Amino acid sequence: MAAVQDKFTEMTWPSSPEKATLEAKNKFLGFWFFLGGETVLFGSLFATYLALKDKVPDSSHPLAKDLYSMELTFAATMLLLTSSLTSVYAMYHMKNFNFQRMQAWLLITVLLGAAFLGLEIYEFSHYVHEGHTFTSSAFGSAFYSLVGFHGGHVAFGLLWILSLMVRNAKRGLDLYNAPKFYVASLYWHFIDVVWVFIFTVVYLMGMVG
Amino acid sequence: MSTYAHKKSFGATVWDYLTTVDHKKIGILYLIAGGFFFLVGGLEALFIRVQLAVPNNDFVSAGLYNEILTMHGTTMIFLAAMPLIFAFMNAAIPLQIGARDVAFPFLNSLGFWLFFFGGVFLNCSWFLGGAPDAGWTSYASLTLESDTHGVDFYILGLQISGIGTLIGGINFLVTIVNMRAPGMTYMRMPLFTWSAFVTSALILFAFPALTVGLFLLMFDRLFGGNFFDVSAGGNTIIWEHLFWIFGHPEVYILILPAFGIFSEIFATFSRKRLFGYSSMVFATVLIGFLGFMVWAHHMFTVGMGPIANAIFAVATMAIAVPTGIKIFNWLFTMWGGNIKFTTPMLYAIAFIPSFVAGGVTGIMNAVAAADYQYHDSYFVVAHFHYVIVGGVVLALLAGTHYYWPKMFGTLLNEALGKITFWLFLIGFHLTFFIQHFLGLMGMPRRVFTYLPNQGWETGNLISSIGAFFMGVAVIILLINIVMTQVKNVRVGNDPWEDGRSLEWAIPSPPPFYNFKQLPLVRGLDPYWIEKMEGKKEMTPAEPLGDIHMPNPSFLPVTISFGLFVAAFGAMYHVDDKNWALPVLIIGMGITLISMLIRSVKDDHGFHIHKEDLENEDDKGGRA
Repeated sequence: MAAVQDKFTEMTWPSSPEKATLEAKNKFLGFWFFLGGETVLFGSLFATYLALKDKVPDSSHPLAKDLYSMELTFAATMLLLTSSLTSVYAMYHMKNFNFQRMQAWLLITVLLGAAFLGLEIYEFSHYVHEGHTFTSSAFGSAFYSLVGFHGGHVAFGLLWILSLMVRNAKRGLDLYNAPKFYVASLYWHFIDVVWVFIFTVVYLMGMVG
Repeated sequence: MSTYAHKKSFGATVWDYLTTVDHKKIGILYLIAGGFFFLVGGLEALFIRVQLAVPNNDFVSAGLYNEILTMHGTTMIFLAAMPLIFAFMNAAIPLQIGARDVAFPFLNSLGFWLFFFGGVFLNCSWFLGGAPDAGWTSYASLTLESDTHGVDFYILGLQISGIGTLIGGINFLVTIVNMRAPGMTYMRMPLFTWSAFVTSALILFAFPALTVGLFLLMFDRLFGGNFFDVSAGGNTIIWEHLFWIFGHPEVYILILPAFGIFSEIFATFSRKRLFGYSSMVFATVLIGFLGFMVWAHHMFTVGMGPIANAIFAVATMAIAVPTGIKIFNWLFTMWGGNIKFTTPMLYAIAFIPSFVAGGVTGIMNAVAAADYQYHDSYFVVAHFHYVIVGGVVLALLAGTHYYWPKMFGTLLNEALGKITFWLFLIGFHLTFFIQHFLGLMGMPRRVFTYLPNQGWETGNLISSIGAFFMGVAVIILLINIVMTQVKNVRVGNDPWEDGRSLEWAIPSPPPFYNFKQLPLVRGLDPYWIEKMEGKKEMTPAEPLGDIHMPNPSFLPVTISFGLFVAAFGAMYHVDDKNWALPVLIIGMGITLISMLIRSVKDDHGFHIHKEDLENEDDKGGRA
C-alpha cells in the first residue's frame, strides 16, 4: 500500500487517491457513516418542520404560502446545484493529479456557495420584515431551524474547502491531502442533496398551501 | 501498565493519559470515569431508597427528590453505563479483531474527553443552583416550566457528551469494517465484536435524533424558540417522539454489548464454542433493526390512537423472538460443557433468569391496553431495572472481572469477587422484585413520599434494604480492586486458561502496538484453534516489519474544554449577565482554534523500527 509521504507524478498517481492508504480508506468510510448520522439529523428537523408548518398563534402571522417566492428559491437552487457540479470537476482534476485546475474549480464552487448563502441571508431578512421570525411562532422556529441548519452547513463547508485550499496551496497534491479534498466534496454533495429536499418539502409544498 | 510506565514520574503519567490516543489507555480512562459516575449514580439511588423506606419521610424535600431522581437516571444511563461499555469496547475490540489500534485514534480520545467534560458539566449543576429536576426523559412541558438552570445543565451537558458518543460509534464502525486481521471474516468475529458493531450502528442512527431534540429544547429555553410552546403553535409531543426515537435504540445500545460480553463468558467458561454462532449474529442484527421500530411503546397513553398503539405493540413483542433465540443459545452453550464457576461465569448464569424476568414484564408492558394500568407505576420501574441492572449492570460487573487481567495485568481476587456477586444479586432481587407488586398495588413512579396504610410500607422497606446490599457489594468490589493492585501479582497471556479469541494470545496488558506481527485467523475462536493444535501462539500473517503508530495529542482535551466553557456562557446568557457572552465566545474560540490547529498541522504518526521490535522478544507481543 502507498505511503502518505510518497512523491507522485501524473504517471504514478493512483486512480483512486482518496482510498489509496489505510488512513484514507478509514477517512472515506468514516465520512460516509457520518453522513448517515447527518441524514437522521436532517430527517428529525424535516419531521419537526412538517409537524409545525403553518402553526402560528393567530391569523395575523404570515403562513408558508404568503411568504415563499419561486424566483428567489429557484435562483438559490440553481446556484447550489451548479456548485455541486463544479466540485465534481474539481475531483476529476484531483484524480488526474492536476492541482491547479482542481483549485480553480474549488474556487468556483466556493463562490457559488457564497452566492447561495448571500441569497439565503437576503431571504431571511426579507421574512423578518414580514413578521416571520424565529421567536414569532412555532412555524418560524421550525422553519429557521431546518433551513438555518442547512445554511450553517453551507457556511461550514465554505470555510472547510477554503482552509483546505489555503493550507495546501503551496505543496500540491499528495496522498495525505487528497482524501481530505475528497471528503470535503462528499460533504458538499450531501448539503446539496439536503437542499433538494428543502426545496421540495419546504418551498414547493409550501407554495401550494 | 507496561514495564516502562513504572519508571515514569506521576506528572509524566498524568500527561501521558491526557494526551494518549492508545485505545487501551482510553479504555482505562473510560473505566475510571464511568466507574466514578456509577458510584455517584449509586449514591443517588441510595438517597432515593432512604427517602422511600418509610412513609411520610422527610430525609429529602420534594424538590431535592426530583433532582436526585433525575440525576440518578441521567447519570446511570449516559455517564455510567455507556462509558463503561465503551471502556470494554476500547479494551477488547481492537485486540479481538487483531488490529494495532482503532481506525481514528485521535477521535477516540476526543470522544472520551467530550463525554468527560459533558458529564462534569452536568454534575456542576449540584453546586450552581440545583440539578435538573424534569426526569431523565426531560419531557418538554416539565422542562420549560423548570425555573432553575438545572435542565439547562442537562440539555448542554448531554449535547456535549452525546457528540462524544457519536464520534465513538463511527470510530468503532470503521475499525471493525477496515481493521480486521487477515482471515478475520465477518462470520469469524467474536460475538462481543459483533454486538459492538451493531451497537455502534445504533449510536450512529439514534443519537442525531437526541441532538435535534436537545437543540429544540435549548432554543426554547435559551433563545426564545416556540417548538414546545402551545400558545405559539408548538407541540410538546414532538419532544417525546424525538426523545424516544433516540431513547429506545439507546436501550439496545446498552444491552447488546452486554449480550456480547456474556456470550464471550459463556463460551470461555463452558469450554465450548458458542452454540448457534450464526443465529446469534442474526439475532443481534435483527434486534438492532427492530429497535428502531418500537419507540412509541413508551407513549401508549399519549393518545396516538388504537392503530398506532397496535402496530407498536406488535413490533415490540416481535423483539422477544430474537432475544429468545439468544437465551436458548446461551443455555445450549452451557449444555454438555465443562463449566468452570468463576466470578464472571456466576454473573452470566445469574443474568439469564434475571433478564428473562425483565423480558417477561416487557411483554406485559407491550400489551398496549394493559399498559394503561402499568404506565407510570412502580411496575415499570421494576421492569426496566430488571433489564438494565439484571442485564447491563451484571454484564459490566462480569466484564470488569473478566477483562481486568487484560486491562491491568492482574487478576481480581475470586473469593471477594464471589462475595460481591452474591451480595449484589440478592440485593438486586430484594430491591426490584417487590416493586412489581408495589406497582400493581398502585404506587406511582417519581413520587417523593407516600401515606401510610396503603399496603406499601413493607414492600418499600424491603426494597430499601436490598439497595444497601448492592451498595455493600460495590464497596467490596472497590476493596478487591485496591487489594489486587497493591499486591500486583502479574498474570500471563491467558489468565483464565480457556481464552478463545485473539486478545488472550498476547500479553496482559498488551504492548502499545498490540501485535508485533498481525495474526493469521483460521476460524472462529482463532486462539482456541491454535491451542487445540498444541501451539502456544498465533501463526503470524506477515513478516516482522516497521509498525506505524499515531502521535499522542493534547488537542482532544482543549476541544472538549472549549465546549465546556462555552456551555456556561450560553446558559447564563439568558440571565443578562454581562460576562456570559464573552465566555461563550472564548469557549467556542478555544474549540475552533484547536480544531484549526488539528486541521493545518500535519500528523503523520511515527514508526517503530523492526530492529527495536526484535530486541523486545522478552516482552512477548508476538502474534
